[in-house]
Amino acid sequence: MASNSKTLRSPLQIARGLGSAKHGTEHWWHQRVTAIALVPLTVWFVFGVIRHLGADHAAFVAWMKSPFSALMMVLTAVVTFHHAQSGLQVVIEDYVHNELAKILSILAVKFLCFALAAACVIAVLKISFGA
Amino acid sequence: MANGSGRPLSPHLQVYKLPRTAILSITHRITGVGLAVGTLLLTWWLVAAATSPAAFERAQHFIGSFFGLLLMFGWSLALYYHLCNGVRHLVWDAGKSFELSEAERGNQIVVIAAAVLTVLTWIIGLIAW
Repeated sequence: MASNSKTLRSPLQIARGLGSAKHGTEHWWHQRVTAIALVPLTVWFVFGVIRHLGADHAAFVAWMKSPFSALMMVLTAVVTFHHAQSGLQVVIEDYVHNELAKILSILAVKFLCFALAAACVIAVLKISFGA
Repeated sequence: MANGSGRPLSPHLQVYKLPRTAILSITHRITGVGLAVGTLLLTWWLVAAATSPAAFERAQHFIGSFFGLLLMFGWSLALYYHLCNGVRHLVWDAGKSFELSEAERGNQIVVIAAAVLTVLTWIIGLIAW
């Protein structure tokens, strides 16, 4: 659909009626907020994992029974999955150009990420409050 | 005129030798996607611990296996790379270090820091284990 072969101006000069995305910089900002939060959370998590590499179940449960550890694990899971779904969304938007495939894969990623985050939180709470 | 606009097409990306900043940039994405996949292992670990001692034993056995440790090593390297390069992105977001020489120095800092942190973590990890 050549607009005018005599001009070098992009057809994007004509508004395509898509309107604004209504989100502005919010998505970008949330990626940064979660990124900053993940710096200390990741350091805590890595050392937590190291300390429980070969741990048996009792040692792991004792770790998660500490309110601070449970809090940090819940925060790590929630912020990690939030950061993951927002990053994966950008990757999909950049590489998947079929509109239906794009929307479906973004939906699938978001549903999966929030389901996994919920599973992690429930697992930690079950151990934390369990007998 | 494949773009149909009559505008000249830029040469295809493949003919360029990617500058190091571009290689580090795409690596940030690849490690990000890899880490997202790695969260499945994290979920398995936590859910197994909440399920039963036997389920947790299975997860721990997998993580301690050769393949599991290989995954953990790749995961730790990807994590530290994404963390270090992510901090660099935050520096860029603050509007700093955009000069080519600074970007080149940033490349080196990110790669060396990620390697050193990974090795340090595994030394500590293997001692603790």
